Amino acid sequence: MALPATRPTAAYPSGAALSADQLLDIYYFLRLTRTLEERLVALYRQTKVIGGLFRSLGQEGESVASAYALERGHHKDILSPLIRNLGSLLVMGAQPVEILRQYMAKAESPTRGRELNVHFNDLEKGYLGQISHLGDMIPVMAGIALTFKRRGEPRVGLVYIGDGGTSTGTFHEGLNLAAVQRLPLVVIGEYNHWAYSTPPDKQFAVQDLAEKAKGYGVQAVTVDGNDVFAVYEATRFAVERARRGNGVHFIEVKTYRRKGHAEHDDQHYVPKADLEKWGSENDPVDRYTQRLLSADMVAEGDLKDIDDRVRVEVDQATDACVDEPLPPAESALPGVYVEPAAADKLWFKAL
Amino acid sequence: MAEVTFLEALRQGLWEEMERDERVFILGEDVGLYGGAFKVTDGFSKRFGASRVIDTPISEAAIVGAAAGAAHMGLRPVAEMQFIDFISCAYDMLTNYVATARYRAGLSTPLVVRGPCGGYVRGGPFHSQNPEAAFLHTPGLKIVYPATARDAKGLIKASIRDEDPVLYLEHKWLYRRIKEQLPEGEEILTPIGQARIAREGKHLSIISYGATLWKSLEAAEQLEKADGVSVEVLDLRTLLPMDDAAIVATVKKTNKVLIVHEDTRTGGIAGEIAARINERAFEWLDGPIMRVTAHDVPLPYAPTLEDFVLPQTEDIVKAARWLAAY
Repeated sequence: MALPATRPTAAYPSGAALSADQLLDIYYFLRLTRTLEERLVALYRQTKVIGGLFRSLGQEGESVASAYALERGHHKDILSPLIRNLGSLLVMGAQPVEILRQYMAKAESPTRGRELNVHFNDLEKGYLGQISHLGDMIPVMAGIALTFKRRGEPRVGLVYIGDGGTSTGTFHEGLNLAAVQRLPLVVIGEYNHWAYSTPPDKQFAVQDLAEKAKGYGVQAVTVDGNDVFAVYEATRFAVERARRGNGVHFIEVKTYRRKGHAEHDDQHYVPKADLEKWGSENDPVDRYTQRLLSADMVAEGDLKDIDDRVRVEVDQATDACVDEPLPPAESALPGVYVEPAAADKLWFKAL
Repeated sequence: MAEVTFLEALRQGLWEEMERDERVFILGEDVGLYGGAFKVTDGFSKRFGASRVIDTPISEAAIVGAAAGAAHMGLRPVAEMQFIDFISCAYDMLTNYVATARYRAGLSTPLVVRGPCGGYVRGGPFHSQNPEAAFLHTPGLKIVYPATARDAKGLIKASIRDEDPVLYLEHKWLYRRIKEQLPEGEEILTPIGQARIAREGKHLSIISYGATLWKSLEAAEQLEKADGVSVEVLDLRTLLPMDDAAIVATVKKTNKVLIVHEDTRTGGIAGEIAARINERAFEWLDGPIMRVTAHDVPLPYAPTLEDFVLPQTEDIVKAARWLAAY
């Protein structure tokens, strides 16, 4: 099915390509993302989260659906998520307990307390954590896609960039390099309307992020980011196209950030009416649920079972790690290089 | 044995590693069909093909970023900066992404970023820089800076084989000026992190690297003849990690230290070396640790200006003579 190169259509997809099990699987990841974040809010308020807490409320749909369109498993496709792509990470196989440990800086966290929140990776499962410098993951993921191409592997890279992130130089350099090399890379441009407190009209003078991508000769579409089916179908198309050697594809997902930049931010700069409207009429999880039920794609009881299962899993993950220790202080020294194996402990520590 | 230039030695080292390990590949601006602005990769594209010698857009951040991604996946990228001055465009990628990757995320990133650095060639402010100090305080990077043809070859090979990211600085004034007999058919590997005594001496030590290593050797020769002062010259070769043992050993031997580098003075590497000597060998000093460096100005173009700003052999002679008499 060829996608329109311009605006999305409401008529997009039927979801027919997804089996009932897959539809429930997607529902599970949506619910898990939201429930896990709600648990993190509770832990944040108990001061057990050490740093900031970043919510993806309203963006779970595009995160889960785009990741779900990849080939997942050992040595398959690789994605690089942003701070609001918890759902993408979970789809790729990151465990709730790993997320909780990261936020609480536990010794047993994937980064052993060295990095924050979703900044961690497992290249074998297929995710590469971001750094805070937005845009940098575009060239890095281009390099990963370059490796796939060089080795003739039928694998695809997928990388997220926010509307604000498309203003960075590395976004443009990376996208252009990937386009010139015709790399198997899919870029998800998340138009969530807010880059911290900066709205789109102060960030760029184009209407759609897709216009920027087209400037580099990259195929680009804009889809309704809160329609799980639309994001899934568009990503699936782009991923398979990239896998066939047809180069970079950019998918702009229009969505809305419904929480502040981080939990400390009361987002007073966001119009209340917008928040109300997106929350009540355009929540991706609500829309997906209604769609499943109204079309009789799944049984209501199945969804309830998943809700219960998710609650149990998040409880168990929390119980498993909440009382774990922080890393021992001197574990800060090893691992900057292979050789030398550890940084020197400074002389005044021995006084 | 065959006489090779610094540039040819570097080229041989790259070529041998490309032949030895198919994971090694080169990316950069004009490196492919054109063979690089200084012809370091001349002929590589023909031998190894476009998939291993990749011509890129003018995008230093993307070059280094893509190298990092490929390195995570098990390839061994060698990224060329056409002039090392442009590495500042990739500063974020190198310092924030690449250098931290192993520590913060357990990511292996074995890549080399190399390129022509340095002045004395009338290149002006943007084709003459020495960026080593900008990267010296970045844990996670290694910095090598060969002065001899042998080390040009030995250090590029060692850098490519290293498991961590290495910044390889090659002085363009040395490219065709330095010639050396190198054995054929023998593998040359220079260990990263080891300095080398370039000249033995008793009365005073000069610590240097790169082009000023040769100017320091010239100065030592003149001092020996004219003053009977015996000068030891230490070639650092690797700036990060620094060979503290070799530095301390030469201080203990001569008790006087002159540090010579081409980079500007404030915040330059000499300050770090002086601090280390102060902490580790204070009681062995018979005089102040002195520096001969570039003046603290952007490097100007006109020969009269450049020659004044950069350290010259006669500057080193005068400074060493002053210190020897202290």
